[in-house]
Amino acid sequence: MRLNPRISQKIAKTVIWFAAIVVLVLLFSIIIYILSKGIPNITWQFLTEIPSDMGRSGGILSCIVGTLSVTLVATVVATPLGVGTAFYLTEYTHESIVTKIIRFSAESLAGIPSIVYGLFGFIFFVIYLKLGWSILSGGLTLAMMILPTIIRTSEEAIHTVHPMYREVSFSLGGTKWQTMIKILIPSALPGIATGIILGIGRCVAETAAVILTAGSALQMPVSIFSPARTMAVHFYILARESISLEKAFATAALLIILILIINIGANILVNRFVAKSH
Amino acid sequence: MTDQSKISVKNLNFYYSKHQVIKNLSLEVKANEILSVFGPANSGTTTLLRTMNRMWDIIPGARMEGEVLLDGNNIYASNASTIELRRKVGIVFEIPTPLPMSIFDNVAYGPRLSGIKNKVALEEIVEKSLRMAVIWDEVKDRLHSIGSRLSGGQQQRLCIARVLALEPEVILLDRPCSGLDPVSTAKIEESLRQLKEQFTIIIVPHNVQQAGRVADRAVFLLMGDLIEEGPTAVMFANPKDKRTSDYITGRFG
Repeated sequence: MRLNPRISQKIAKTVIWFAAIVVLVLLFSIIIYILSKGIPNITWQFLTEIPSDMGRSGGILSCIVGTLSVTLVATVVATPLGVGTAFYLTEYTHESIVTKIIRFSAESLAGIPSIVYGLFGFIFFVIYLKLGWSILSGGLTLAMMILPTIIRTSEEAIHTVHPMYREVSFSLGGTKWQTMIKILIPSALPGIATGIILGIGRCVAETAAVILTAGSALQMPVSIFSPARTMAVHFYILARESISLEKAFATAALLIILILIINIGANILVNRFVAKSH
Repeated sequence: MTDQSKISVKNLNFYYSKHQVIKNLSLEVKANEILSVFGPANSGTTTLLRTMNRMWDIIPGARMEGEVLLDGNNIYASNASTIELRRKVGIVFEIPTPLPMSIFDNVAYGPRLSGIKNKVALEEIVEKSLRMAVIWDEVKDRLHSIGSRLSGGQQQRLCIARVLALEPEVILLDRPCSGLDPVSTAKIEESLRQLKEQFTIIIVPHNVQQAGRVADRAVFLLMGDLIEEGPTAVMFANPKDKRTSDYITGRFG
């Protein structure tokens, strides 16, 4: 039986609208639920004090610092490695067994549960390299975790650069390096930035890998060799051990706000750059 | 015009994987002439241009035999610099492709790569190049707007200006007018006639008429074979080979 095209169009439109609305409602109800439960508990004291009594009272300043510093270490380590690998794969080599191995490993790594990274980080960084539970161990572990994402998104971004731009740049006497710096990176930057932002989001949200490598100390970290508790870990412990549900929701709300700020900030930066170069 | 050979192609064979696109071709290009290399699609015209500034290096599976000499020096010698070669032998591609930057930056791109940073010097080069490409008057008030906002014909003249800014000795043009309207085509051909004074120009025209209009000498290629070469006027009035006359009169191609 063949449907009248007008009827099939109506059905399709209804189904597609329905899907979009369900997703919208789901996402917003989660965010609104957490924010409404959490924001009333966010006070000045909550933002500026370190936790006391296992987190039942006090604030989460040390956890905010922990989250930001672990994420910063991970991003600073993973970005040059990931973007560099992406450029190697797209510009500095032809398709070969080596590129296939790199791509296959990156794809496999992307699918590994984060706790496996945590275990590896614990054995390698914490114990073997004697870095202990520290911001450094946690950051390096997260760097490995977000590396595949950065490689893949950067590679795709570089692939979307108009192939003629390369030829034009070479034909005007440009070397590969000059072409990369002057043409490819500026053109691919929005895509590369998306990969880095995705990576930052995963770092901020990560629990399992961090608990095993950065620890869960409540005091304020003083250097990258100090142990630290991130906000996600703090939330997990507060909720899991029924220490304080109010503080847990406040932490979760702050996490969501932090991720929003990072996304919006990065978007503004990228847009400003794109506006400047066009 | 001197009789000095600017570019000599000697026994050139060219392959994409196993497919041979140029067959044992030899050719002399004189200094300060406009040479047109024409023929139907897949005759090897574009490939022949690209062997003259090594712009096929990045194509996987491409392979070349034979020699290409610029002023008597083999450009494929192991100590020859590709970068220097491409500054001496500039190329304008079929599709006008302004880089994603302003008109000024497009023209200044080549000079900046070679290390010119002085603003006044760059401004001079940009103005001179845009004037030579007969586009200065149309863009002088918007040098800092992005290049891709220009019309197709203006974009192609911008690309010519970009090559001229390298102060090359030879300019290769690969069907530079294929997507352009007759007025833009006429402007580009006009600028070519002026450029001939200073440069050697090799053009793959997008049709036979253009080959007849702009070139001093013409070379007719068919399926990778050089069929006929000679002064354009002679070849078009009195082709020696039947295939040339068939193509010129539009029996095929």
